[in-house]
Amino acid sequence: MNQRYLIPLTAVFLLFLLAYAGVEGLGLQVVFGVLIPYLAIAAFVIGFVIKVKGWAASAVPFRIPTTCGQQKSLPWIKQNTIDNPSTSTGVFVRMLLEIFAFRSLFRNTKAAFNRNASNKLTYSFEIFLWVGALAFHYAFLVVLLRHFRFFTAPVPEVIQTLEYLDGIIQVGLPGLFISGPVLLLATLFLLSRRIFDAKVSYISQAADYFPLFLIIGIAATGIAMRYFTKVDIIGIKEMTMGLVTFHPHIPEEVGGLFYGHLFLVCILFAYFPISKLMHMGGVFLSPTRNMANNTRAQRHINPWNYDVPIHTYEQYEDHFRDKMIEAGLPVDKKE
Amino acid sequence: MSKNMIMAGLVVFVLAVLSPFWLNLITSTQAAPEPELLGKAAKVKKCVLDKYEMRAEHMYLLDVWRDSVVRDAARKYTGTNGETFNMSLSTGENSCLGCHEDKAKFCDSCHDYASVSPYCWECHTNPKEIE
Repeated sequence: MNQRYLIPLTAVFLLFLLAYAGVEGLGLQVVFGVLIPYLAIAAFVIGFVIKVKGWAASAVPFRIPTTCGQQKSLPWIKQNTIDNPSTSTGVFVRMLLEIFAFRSLFRNTKAAFNRNASNKLTYSFEIFLWVGALAFHYAFLVVLLRHFRFFTAPVPEVIQTLEYLDGIIQVGLPGLFISGPVLLLATLFLLSRRIFDAKVSYISQAADYFPLFLIIGIAATGIAMRYFTKVDIIGIKEMTMGLVTFHPHIPEEVGGLFYGHLFLVCILFAYFPISKLMHMGGVFLSPTRNMANNTRAQRHINPWNYDVPIHTYEQYEDHFRDKMIEAGLPVDKKE
Repeated sequence: MSKNMIMAGLVVFVLAVLSPFWLNLITSTQAAPEPELLGKAAKVKKCVLDKYEMRAEHMYLLDVWRDSVVRDAARKYTGTNGETFNMSLSTGENSCLGCHEDKAKFCDSCHDYASVSPYCWECHTNPKEIE
């Protein structure tokens, strides 16, 4: 037991209970169903814009791409154009692979001492962080896109196709969406890494656990509502459509579990811009990935450079010419 | 990255996040279906479960019924109100569609609204369509 995850875990429980009790006990449907969602979306958008504008205004004084392969060199040395790009096309491909395939996580290695007598330090391939991260991010994306069915009427064809593909295994009624359990299992795996792997646990803070518990809570309540204790979907869609068309509507007979789910989602949105989750925007702006390694071909001038008054050799000679000639020193101009 | 590119990306992102708001402004939004009881159902007014329970749980109930009929040949279901029903979606007077006669209004209106496409009708037929 460790307070770095106990506090976030308790916080997520309390947040859920707050919404649950607020709705079931005090009848605060309007607060948790209308007011807080609007505030959360405003906090998310404004916070996100402020963060990205702040980053955009920061100077990037140096070319600091991470070089993960052979740089452009002599024509007979083969360049690694993706891992050490020298053109913007190479950078584009590198960013594409980073954003959609998490290439840098794929390179993850683990250091450990050999178990045999030699006791040598060895580095081995560790692929599971990459697998877990891919499963989590894509499952979350699908879950997020699927929720567009609550915010559009009629529901676009694309979303219906996505639902069809996600539910293609046709298990049970309502049919199982694969993305749901994958999201829950992947977050649980990423959490267990932080708890049980001593080296990862050592560097994990409350801010690492909180989003994980929050997403686990969101996935668990969502799965509970779809597969276990059912809710009135039409009532909920009337409510969500009311939110996006600015005609708030509170459905009857929709209970605390739904409001708990919604409140955790609101917390996630509002918390997003002030947390590590901003890597969603940050990955695009990471200078070690989005710059071409072309410093030997092009001159890059530090934007922070200001004019420094310098004393050139010509000025020096103008100043001391007479004395230099007198002392017999060579000068460029005799006058 | 140049500032213009970052700002362009940011604008696209904000538009995407707020898409539910402006999409519903520029397109006509389908109104929520008003469930109404028609024909026999309007007269009898005794369903298998209570109204809200039925709205939320009917798909689960149908799944249980399917297993019960197909695997155990048990075709009778006694509801919470003491009434006995035939466990059938579309066959006979005492089935779901035997009472709720209009599939389009009873099933499809809500399913379309919530983007649910149940595969019931890959095997079953709407009795009205046969006649």
